[in-house]
Amino acid sequence: MSTKRLKYGEAIRAALFHAMEADPAVFVMGLGVDDHRAIFGSVKGLVERFGPERVFDTPISEAAMTGVAVGAALNGMKPIHVHIRSDFLYLAMDQLFNIAAKWRYMFGGSMKVPLVVRAVIGRSWGQGAQHSQSLQSFFMHVPGFKVVMPTTPADAQGLLLAAVNEPNPVFILEHRLLYDIVGDVPDPPTEAPLGKAYVRRSGKDLTIVANSYMVVEALKAAEFLESQGIDAEIVDPVSLVPLDRETIVSSVRKTGRLIVVDTSWTACGVSAEIAAIAAERAFDRLKVPVRRLGMQPTTCPVSKPLENAFYPSARTIAMEAFSMLGRAFPDINVPVLSSTFKGPF
Amino acid sequence: MLRIRLAEQRITEVYPTDKIQSPIHLSVGQEAIAAGVCAALLKTDHVHGTYRGHAFYLAKGGDMNRMFAELYGKDAGCARGKGGSMHLVDPEAGLMSCSAIVASTIPVATGDAFASSRQGRKRVVVSVFGDGAIDEGVFFESVNFAVLKKLPILYVLENNGYAIHSKIPERRKQVELWRAAEGLGLPGEKFDGNDVGAVYSVMAKAVAWVRKGGGPRLLEFTAYRWHEHVGPGIDFHEGYRRPNEQALAQKNDPLRLAKADLAKRCKVGPEHFEQWEAEARDEVDEAVEFAERSPFPTAERLHQDVFAERS
Ligand SMILES: Cc1ncc(C[n+]2csc(CCOP(=O)(O)OP(=O)(O)O)c2C)c(N)n1
Ligand SMILES: [Mg+2]
Repeated sequence: MSTKRLKYGEAIRAALFHAMEADPAVFVMGLGVDDHRAIFGSVKGLVERFGPERVFDTPISEAAMTGVAVGAALNGMKPIHVHIRSDFLYLAMDQLFNIAAKWRYMFGGSMKVPLVVRAVIGRSWGQGAQHSQSLQSFFMHVPGFKVVMPTTPADAQGLLLAAVNEPNPVFILEHRLLYDIVGDVPDPPTEAPLGKAYVRRSGKDLTIVANSYMVVEALKAAEFLESQGIDAEIVDPVSLVPLDRETIVSSVRKTGRLIVVDTSWTACGVSAEIAAIAAERAFDRLKVPVRRLGMQPTTCPVSKPLENAFYPSARTIAMEAFSMLGRAFPDINVPVLSSTFKGPF
Repeated sequence: MLRIRLAEQRITEVYPTDKIQSPIHLSVGQEAIAAGVCAALLKTDHVHGTYRGHAFYLAKGGDMNRMFAELYGKDAGCARGKGGSMHLVDPEAGLMSCSAIVASTIPVATGDAFASSRQGRKRVVVSVFGDGAIDEGVFFESVNFAVLKKLPILYVLENNGYAIHSKIPERRKQVELWRAAEGLGLPGEKFDGNDVGAVYSVMAKAVAWVRKGGGPRLLEFTAYRWHEHVGPGIDFHEGYRRPNEQALAQKNDPLRLAKADLAKRCKVGPEHFEQWEAEARDEVDEAVEFAERSPFPTAERLHQDVFAERS
């Protein structure tokens, strides 16, 4: 299979072109999907190529437009509804959870909802309280949604294609700080399986389960840990619903130590779920209690020093690993935040 | 208006230094709306605004030093550095909220007016939002309640022609925004928001009406947004704007119009303008200096104010 080097945003774009060429039922809607900024370039050229019938801006009406997408999906159309911040999805909660997630089941399997929702997590540059949230756990909690958080360009491309081909609602949560990451992707674009976790780095001393942008930070932490003689394994679930429990459990059973790092809060979140899985299926092998890292249990502040302290980073992951192994943290050459993102948006 | 203009110009100058690490939405070109609206209000009246909040914050009497400190993320900021540019606030001055979710303060303002009415206060509440916000359901749901209960609220619509890059006719067929909720019983009118005198006199009448129990109204004011939607740049050349828009914006510069009007009708001489400008510049200089020398919040602030304490 030949490959191509693409940025995360470019990989999404290639997948969209591919899906829209392949299936005339696919269409893209959402605020700004036809403007010149093109959602960080991820929909660039789409409206020029496929026309305003299939690529269109909407009124600022998230709740209604989500329902519109469901209604279209019921009739065999394949909507991809894009939100430049996942925070805006709170306005559409009713249509997402009372309607999209339940439609098939409550009507006895008589219909299906092939809906794709793409939403972006904001982080840094003072995104603050309402532009920085990470909604994966809401979508995991309510049965009826598939949920993915692509980390690499290959994930972003392959899972978007998988989502388009799914006969169910799929929530794709992208991270703004990943858009410029470069990686090899299959050319032509190829579907990647839902429900498959990836071991991003193998190691023997401890398992770090991290998702989305936290994988970038975890890899950086692992590099540092290696320089200090600690060998960390990094598992990236990528797909949260369905979740590849096997890969996670076998890593934890191997290392006997688990740190879970999520882009969101820990309470009732991905990290809680994965810690529970470890308790259920690897308890006999755990050498120390599971540790969890996520956003601090507070609202995201704008002020830079507070914002830095709010999020997990390579540094806090490394510190957690040291503490878990009962070693003093050597405060030398510790990595800082990987991203150098600059605003205004 | 002059204070708003000079403050925002200074923000665009500071921005490239990365000292303001927060998205900024400027009101340059739209100052007459905030200035005219707030001039017609009492200090005890309330305003709820949006992420494009600098102008209303200053016009309602918010402190310039605390605004700059907020943009810098400093502890002395009006929201202790936690809110940034999109969440300005000054309850003492009656600037009650600014939110980064489109239309999200419209229901809150309506509830504020509900409290004013139930508590027998003579307070008038102003809900400020853009042309894009009336796409949201909460606008209609709030208006319906306000009309039903005859609440003391004015809905002020700042029509700058765009929601980010999308023009009004791309989002709605019915483009007479002032008529948007007519069917719910909300009377509306449209005015030139570049003319601060006109904004003020329209507002003064509307405020008097609402204060004596006449019920809610919608006032649409038109204006030009000179800057990009978010950020310090100018984007007339990015291709999404109307071809002659920059020229129209300059021709309708509310500050220039106000100066010309004052010179003509009130015989205000250039020395006065110079003096006002010098005063405003001093105020901005001082605010920037205040923000620069103020400390960042200490680490423990991160976890403060998630909840209020029982008093
Ligand atoms: C619920 C919601 N959807 C989308 C956005 C993204 N967004 C931010 S500002 C904006 C445009 C709003 O336009 P308008 O109401 O006209 O106000 P203006 O920015 O022009 O002052 C949009 C769509 C948001 N902040 N909140
Ligand atoms: Mg607007």
